[in-house]
Amino acid sequence: MLSFIRKRSLSSLISLIGLLVLVFFLSRLTGDPAALFLPVEASAEMKQQFRELHGLNDPLLVQFGHYVGSVMTGDLGESLRKARPALDVVLEAFIWTLWLAAITMSLVAVAAIVVGSLAAFRSGGFFDRFSSMISLIGASVPDFWLAIVAIVVFSIQLAWLPTSGTGSVLHWILPIAVLFVRPFGIIVQVVRGSMIGALSSAYVKTARAKGVKAGPIIFVHALRNAMLPVITVMGDQAASLLNGAVIVETIFGFPGVGKLMIDSILQRDFNVVLAAILVTAIAIFIMNVLIDLAYALLDPRIRH
Amino acid sequence: MSLSSTDPLIIPEQPFLKRVFGMLWADKFAFVAAIFLIIVLVLAVIGPDWLGELAGKQNLRGRNLAPFDWGREWVYWLGADALGRPLLARIIVAGQNTLMVASGAVVMSAVVGTFLGLIAGFSGPRVSQVIMRLADVIMSFPSLLIAVIVLFLLGSSILNLVAVLAITRIPVYLRTTRAEVLEIKERMFVQAARVMGASSRRILFRHILPVVLPTLTTLATLDFAYVMLAESALSFLGIGIQPPEITWGLMISQGRQYLTNAWWLSFWPGLAIILTTLSLNLLSNWMRIALDPVQRWRLEMKGRKNG
Amino acid sequence: MADHLLEVRNLSVDFFTAAGVVHAVRGISYHLDRGETLAILGESGSGKSVSSSAIMNLIDMPPGHISSGEILLEGKDLLTMAPNDRREVNGKRIAMIFQDPLSHLNPVYTVGWQIREAMTTHGMAQQEAEAETLRLLGRVGLPEPEHAVGKYPHEFSGGQRQRVMIAMALALRPDLLIADEPTTALDVTVQAEVLALLKELQRETGMGVLIITHDLGVVAEIADRVVVMEKGVLVESGTVREVYKNPSHPYTKKLIAAAPGKGEMHRPAVKAEPLLVVRDVRKRFGAFDALKGVSFDLAAGETLAIVGESGSGKSTLARMLLRLDEPDAGSAHWKGRDLFKLSPAELYKLRRELQMVFQDPTQSLNPRMTVYQLISEAWAIHPDILPKAKWQERVAELLVQVGLSADHMGRYPHQFSGGQRQRIAIARALALEPRLIVCDEAVSALDVSVQAQVIRLLDQLRRDMGISFIFIAHDLPVVRDFADYVMVMRKGEVVEMGTVTQVFDTPREAYTRALFAASLDPDPDVQAAHRAARLERAS
Repeated sequence: MLSFIRKRSLSSLISLIGLLVLVFFLSRLTGDPAALFLPVEASAEMKQQFRELHGLNDPLLVQFGHYVGSVMTGDLGESLRKARPALDVVLEAFIWTLWLAAITMSLVAVAAIVVGSLAAFRSGGFFDRFSSMISLIGASVPDFWLAIVAIVVFSIQLAWLPTSGTGSVLHWILPIAVLFVRPFGIIVQVVRGSMIGALSSAYVKTARAKGVKAGPIIFVHALRNAMLPVITVMGDQAASLLNGAVIVETIFGFPGVGKLMIDSILQRDFNVVLAAILVTAIAIFIMNVLIDLAYALLDPRIRH
Repeated sequence: MSLSSTDPLIIPEQPFLKRVFGMLWADKFAFVAAIFLIIVLVLAVIGPDWLGELAGKQNLRGRNLAPFDWGREWVYWLGADALGRPLLARIIVAGQNTLMVASGAVVMSAVVGTFLGLIAGFSGPRVSQVIMRLADVIMSFPSLLIAVIVLFLLGSSILNLVAVLAITRIPVYLRTTRAEVLEIKERMFVQAARVMGASSRRILFRHILPVVLPTLTTLATLDFAYVMLAESALSFLGIGIQPPEITWGLMISQGRQYLTNAWWLSFWPGLAIILTTLSLNLLSNWMRIALDPVQRWRLEMKGRKNG
Repeated sequence: MADHLLEVRNLSVDFFTAAGVVHAVRGISYHLDRGETLAILGESGSGKSVSSSAIMNLIDMPPGHISSGEILLEGKDLLTMAPNDRREVNGKRIAMIFQDPLSHLNPVYTVGWQIREAMTTHGMAQQEAEAETLRLLGRVGLPEPEHAVGKYPHEFSGGQRQRVMIAMALALRPDLLIADEPTTALDVTVQAEVLALLKELQRETGMGVLIITHDLGVVAEIADRVVVMEKGVLVESGTVREVYKNPSHPYTKKLIAAAPGKGEMHRPAVKAEPLLVVRDVRKRFGAFDALKGVSFDLAAGETLAIVGESGSGKSTLARMLLRLDEPDAGSAHWKGRDLFKLSPAELYKLRRELQMVFQDPTQSLNPRMTVYQLISEAWAIHPDILPKAKWQERVAELLVQVGLSADHMGRYPHQFSGGQRQRIAIARALALEPRLIVCDEAVSALDVSVQAQVIRLLDQLRRDMGISFIFIAHDLPVVRDFADYVMVMRKGEVVEMGTVTQVFDTPREAYTRALFAASLDPDPDVQAAHRAARLERAS
């Protein structure tokens, strides 16, 4: 297991380096970094000064060396806008996103597993068709549209919930509800499909021949086997919650890493953008390791 | 030795189109979805030529005109936007950009991803490793963020948008194709072809690809919906399609500031996105069964009973 | 009259399928008493497993539907019981074991947990169940029961898994055990052990055993009475001896006649100049020695049978000869040139002369190609054999030659039965006009009656066209009527090699004799003699 994680870490490290190289060269090769990093109205002198200060007149490879060197020592530069270390700014925002994603994903997981399993048990029945329709619609709705419709209905018309910001529990309801919909729709379908497969498997036949009751057959025999593909999709969805978070955080004025990244891009605070990339990529890597661990926990065949 | 109904009698097969229609008819949702998609497609092709002028015509007296005013011209039935332009006409015209970007990205990512997947699955471990690492780099990062950053750096144009969306979706096809190739190339019929002396190219394109293709078609249909949502999101954020071009996502974004007094500006284009993605999802679900020889009987049985 | 332990009366089961309603079984009746073993014999598609699924309440409805009949367990109809009472019968009064224990055991729970569950489900206390699990695992002959309870199904061999299944089924000492093809996937020696275990346990508990099989040998070995099924109908029933010696229904007669191993054995002529000379072939997979130096000669028009159990290396050897795998050492000279040293271009030319027929035609034929495309692909790959204008004509000829008809050309493999598919695969091999065909378990996936036909076809091709065959099988009787020479392999080594008469009539090695002893003879009398001999050796 340990060697597995080590191997996994190594290959992810390579991926991470690849990503950094890509972003670095893209930012350096597509025009003048000074223009990217400085405000639009900056004068020619300011740009020249900026270049010298950041060694932008050095050859590209030397610049890359410097960049890698500072990344290795954990120095991701200063946020130009906030005059603080970029990493601090990102981590601060990241905590918010992490909470948002963790709460949403937990709710999605529980709801999707229960609904999907029940739908599979009586596949073709009313509940199955109803939940299939709901989950399909859920998987088809653009989150930004849902967010603004929710604001119109719950914040403006009914005035039950605040439109944006943080502060109280009420502020969390709409973002979580909006982020919930798509992953729920997708995962319900996967759970249902996987459970139908598991319920028609040979070992379930054996359990029935043993006289095992319906409850344990669904939740003990079938579910644990059916969870394997579900976990993979859950991982993908958890990662793409960060996608959704960009939109939802922007619309709801939620101070997470997605909003930070969009703001930083629009404000040309490039060090923050790079730091945010690094932090989210590491977070996704950790999550992937956790998923692999969950896999091994669930299925003894993977452990060996 | 379990129960099987394949008797030594030879089962006749119906012509291809008739069978497809029969199987579609058996799943009423998929049938409606297919018809809806055909209508959307036709409107997207003829829309800009037909209604382009009308969709751009400003009418300051009709600003934020409310929907369901049946007394007016039909293009105003869904209301008008902040400049008095008819929403229905704009939605039809915007359909072209929306579908073009999505189909461009899907075709590009599917072709490149499938090709790389075939190579990764069929070649030696070293080439395969390089390709898979590349996919990992793309996958280890939320695709929307890559798109945001790249579009910001390269500037947004339709071509860049298509390219960026395509790149973020390549790993999906690559991984699926590779996994299938790895499985299929161990199958007996591939071994049989090798024993006959078939070249790698022949095995790849005559034996493996046709078996992978149904899975990929299903995947591409599903992905079309995904890409459409992603494009809408990017346009919504202001880094996708730029005005005066329009897409459904951009229309939602433009309507956002009028939310309090004119909800329909954002609502209708959103509904267009939902209905289209829903149809694609329904069709993809249907394909998953219709293209699977093991499951197809479910549809054929129903189709025969109903029609 | 006292009630039978189990009585099936006039049972009919239908299934709704793509091709319409299939009457899986039609009005079948049979009965079984305590201590008795009844075999249901049938080929694929006969519906032999359907009635047992009905007894166990395992038929999914829909698509299944029981249209008539009663299933009486000591006089009480199982079909009309309240669902909860019905469930209590399973595992407690009737238990079942299946053909493929790997897929029938839950992969994510330990075997100990699964055996315990059989008992705790019906109300036994946890601790008692734990102790009983250990006892059961010891009873079915699993080594180190204390250790085994914590292991997962995939950590056992096929035979051990079937023992686990048996332990689980017998946990609550059921009155009736249903065994659905319990030994089909196992090696012959393991099969004999498992059948012996079943018999022993039956004597111990006095349960009734219902065994479902396609194998006359299994019937002869274990059953008291037999019912024969064909296409959902029960065509014959009686004691095993009666049915074997005096079959009354034509289908039963055909089935018995098709059983391999009774015909005249070949007497190969004096060894001609060898076509293929194989010397000292070796192959390792990691730490596993798959082949430890195998050598043999083969002349034109000869048939060499390679017999061995799983893990013997016989299939690996075949794959090497066709260069589907690369050997670590050794040589194989084909007409004087070493096959293992050919460049890809030379190999491509030689492919024409060496062809292969695989075990399962369902998998060896590309499902998306028509019969015409499948066969003519040979000429698309080797364009110098035949100009395209003649493809159609030649495909038709080949189809007729293997016993199919020319108008099958436009069809897809899934439209044919297993035996027909294997004929298509043979026609495809013949299209290249090969000198040697390697048959890797080419008949073992087929029904007995079809098996005989395919072997007859291969034998005829050899006589008519002088093709040499390497015929790989896991079962000795299958090769008896067909081979000139027999090579017995075990764990990567050649145990014994000789003419078919020498190996069958006077086997030299103990392992060969053990293989013969384990392989089951369809004749109950012969089988009884085997059994006696085996017991004598054991004591």
